[in-house]
Amino acid sequence: MNRQFIKMFEAFDRFGDWYDRQKRDNFAIYGLVFTLFVVSIVLGLFVYVSIAGFPRLGSRFFSGYASRIPEQAGILPALIGSLWVLVLVFIISFPLGLAAGIQLEKYVTNTRWARLLEVNITNLAGIPSVIYGLLGLQFFVRGMALGESVLGASLTLSLMVLPLVIVSTREALRMVPNSVSEAAYALGATKWQTIWYHALPIAFPGVVSGVLLAISRAIGEAAPLLVIGAVAFVPFSPASIFDYFTVLPVQIFFWATKPQASFLINASAAILVLLSLTLLLNLLAVRIRERWHKRIES
Amino acid sequence: MYKIEVREVDFWYGSSQVLHRIYLEMAPNTVTALIGPSGCGKSTLLRVLNRMNELIPGSHLRGDVCIDGRSIYGSDVDVYELRKRVGMVFQKPNPFPKSVYENVAFGLRIKGINHRSFIDEKVERTLRQVFLWEEVKDKLHKPALALSGGQQQRLCIARALAVEPSILLMDEPASSLDPISTAKLEELIYELKQTYTIVLVTHNMQQASRTSDRTAFLYKGNLIEYADTATFFTNPSSQSTQDYITGRFRNE
Repeated sequence: MNRQFIKMFEAFDRFGDWYDRQKRDNFAIYGLVFTLFVVSIVLGLFVYVSIAGFPRLGSRFFSGYASRIPEQAGILPALIGSLWVLVLVFIISFPLGLAAGIQLEKYVTNTRWARLLEVNITNLAGIPSVIYGLLGLQFFVRGMALGESVLGASLTLSLMVLPLVIVSTREALRMVPNSVSEAAYALGATKWQTIWYHALPIAFPGVVSGVLLAISRAIGEAAPLLVIGAVAFVPFSPASIFDYFTVLPVQIFFWATKPQASFLINASAAILVLLSLTLLLNLLAVRIRERWHKRIES
Repeated sequence: MYKIEVREVDFWYGSSQVLHRIYLEMAPNTVTALIGPSGCGKSTLLRVLNRMNELIPGSHLRGDVCIDGRSIYGSDVDVYELRKRVGMVFQKPNPFPKSVYENVAFGLRIKGINHRSFIDEKVERTLRQVFLWEEVKDKLHKPALALSGGQQQRLCIARALAVEPSILLMDEPASSLDPISTAKLEELIYELKQTYTIVLVTHNMQQASRTSDRTAFLYKGNLIEYADTATFFTNPSSQSTQDYITGRFRNE
């Protein structure tokens, strides 16, 4: 989804180029047609949801709690819950993924072992999120007795985004010019000093944008959180990491499955909020990445 | 006593042998030039002297190298300490993407020195040593990558000197510089010789004859000739040296 977003923007750029020069081979035109097709579907959905949900986006909607009456129900607990999860997942997955990425990229010398880990991590990135929910349920919620808490959810989602963080850390580290590391080694720096003083500062923005992209995926997930017991009817905002919670996608899921049409309007409005949040994270990640590339290339 | 002694060194990358039985001795406070066609092993030989080759997996050495009479390949040698004593300057200027100041200070920081005024003083002293201070004193905290190529290369030398090595290895340091920067660099090499022992890899025959005290000619991983630079260029004992320095050499 996120990659497609970037590709989408790039496709627009390419369209501009094509228009300017009025010269491209057929393949580019087919590509453009298909891209526009996909984009129009997404756009259509967006317009549909906007028309349905936009009128509901008022201050009451943002400050309201769960309610039996659709017009009085709001997303405050879900929004706060999502923000909690967002921040916690960042705090948990960033250092872990970074450390694992450094270890794999710089320290694992046994290539067979490295390849085994690599295949595993790539596979983990492709595992359905509901499976992570089951793992989280057994391991965090029951095993570590964290219960149906914000922390349990965050740990589960962290597990889910970790492969993506690791992969983007490794990619970022690979972008560090070899000449820089060589220069540090030649001055008598140890491996760790070379990584800490030179590789990491250069790779850092790349890692951050990778984490943001991964998290923007995680905060849209309902399935794993449903499994570990997120409930939609939460009459309060979570105040600590051990509180019951709900998040936007779970709230959307519950509203969307209600028979009353007014709840569907609520769901549409919540979708708009969730989409904005995701888009914001994506744009931030893309911005960081662009500036970083400029810096590396200069 | 010799500063550097290379004793019967064979070197392999994987299964291909790139150095054969190299035997060389270098006196302190001299400049030794290593010349030869591309791929002859002169850069490898240079990197044998500070064990930079070890960063390449599958490389392997037989023989021994002594610095100040002590083996640098012994099991008790701390390779990081060794590299602090043997500085290196690369073919392409490779300053860190940081400020001019931080480039020079890095060597001190990894030695655990954090005393601000000490570092300030050391930065100024080493930048003066490479005749760069006047040019950069107003932009110490500007990015090093904004300097010209020649300035960057002198900064890289200052960075190496700040660690207080006694040997300086230079791998074609002037190959990406214009003639004026090259002339400055050669002057600098002459100055640095008073304090350091320098090993210089170069493709430029004039540069070798201008800057070095002794010259070694390598070909296909073998040391063909090693002599006083004056003798080497006026009266070489080997036919292939003669051919190489007069430009009639065929690399078959």
